[in-house]
Amino acid sequence: MIFSTNPWVWVAAILTLCIFSFLYRENPFYRFAEHLFVGVSAGYGVAVYFNNAIMPNLYVPVFVHHDYLFIIPGLIGMMFFFRFSSKLGFLILIPLAMLLGMSSGMGIAPTIQADIIRQMQSTIGDATSAGQGGWALVWGIVTFIGVIATLSYFFFSREQKGALKVSANIGIWFIMIGFGASFGNTVMARISLLIGRVQFLLTDWIHIIK
Amino acid sequence: MRRQIPLMLVLVLGIFFFIQFFVPSRLSTNIYQVSLQWLILISAFAIVLAIGSLVNHHLLKIKRRREHWPYSYATLAGLVVMSLLGILGRFPGLGLLDEIYYRLYLFVQAPMDAAMFAILAFYMASASYRAFRARSKEALLLLVSGFFIMLGVIPLGALIWDRIPDIAEWIMMVPNMAAKRGILFGVGLGITATSLKIILGIERSWLGGGGK
Repeated sequence: MIFSTNPWVWVAAILTLCIFSFLYRENPFYRFAEHLFVGVSAGYGVAVYFNNAIMPNLYVPVFVHHDYLFIIPGLIGMMFFFRFSSKLGFLILIPLAMLLGMSSGMGIAPTIQADIIRQMQSTIGDATSAGQGGWALVWGIVTFIGVIATLSYFFFSREQKGALKVSANIGIWFIMIGFGASFGNTVMARISLLIGRVQFLLTDWIHIIK
Repeated sequence: MRRQIPLMLVLVLGIFFFIQFFVPSRLSTNIYQVSLQWLILISAFAIVLAIGSLVNHHLLKIKRRREHWPYSYATLAGLVVMSLLGILGRFPGLGLLDEIYYRLYLFVQAPMDAAMFAILAFYMASASYRAFRARSKEALLLLVSGFFIMLGVIPLGALIWDRIPDIAEWIMMVPNMAAKRGILFGVGLGITATSLKIILGIERSWLGGGGK
């Protein structure tokens, strides 16, 4: 067993072990790593926002291209700092209103297009495309029935009885299969992360695996 | 007035950007592009609220010597060091700081992130034991679906029975797709309805107590 001589690898390995120590029970090592993780992640978020949002949309337009129009959203954005003032705290409603108004207005049409019309097109297209034939057409029809049944489960404007109840029950079956698939995918994603960490410890840190 | 001006802003901007989507002109596209930059810039400042709240919470914890208060120093140190290195490192002549920032990301943040989510694998295993007990038809469907998906994406699945990956793919492409599409319809309708409520001033919870 030959340990790594890279101090950064040691830092990563020790922090990984600190977090894994939670599997035994909560302890000071885990608590330290947990708190450090929160701080470092928040700091990383600040740096990412600064470099990807403030630099290209405020610093570069104003100081490099001399487009002073971008000072306005900068000033509006800075109004969020009024959150820390007891007297002028209400002024943060201005940038909030700008954000909500613009994002709501910009979002409606693309949402209808992507989440509703496109999905409808694909669902109806798969179930009616005579060209594909065979099993593909059968599964297209099953998908179509599944979508209608799932939607009927979420239809609460009428009491669920008779045909609506039957449809809603079929909808529950589809939803449960969908949740099962999501659960399976999530578990596998977590396990692949675990494999990655164990591989790091055994390969990069103690060099057991070459 | 404290409430009326923000509500009016939301109404005017919401209607303007809703109509803008349907105007096929270069001017309209340019307005959209610039507005998008404005939107990104304004929302970037919103992180101030989140960071302010985090710092405030930990400073109070230290000040009042609440349980586990010494660990708050780790959070504050991580926040200050990481954000300063990330911001200052981009300026000319300070490349060394950027290098340290990159190393901190690679050997501190990324490993802890992966390890934190990796330990969830153990807890999900015990949670799935409780959730997957087939006490009803619906629970059985969840169990079978999850079982085939988990086996379908690893080589062991194909070794047990070579049709398992095909079954996993079928589950993903047919019943899972149907459920996800149905849910997506609901999400789309929900977003549209909420956006309209915000624009028209019916949904006012975002005003909080600030306008009173």
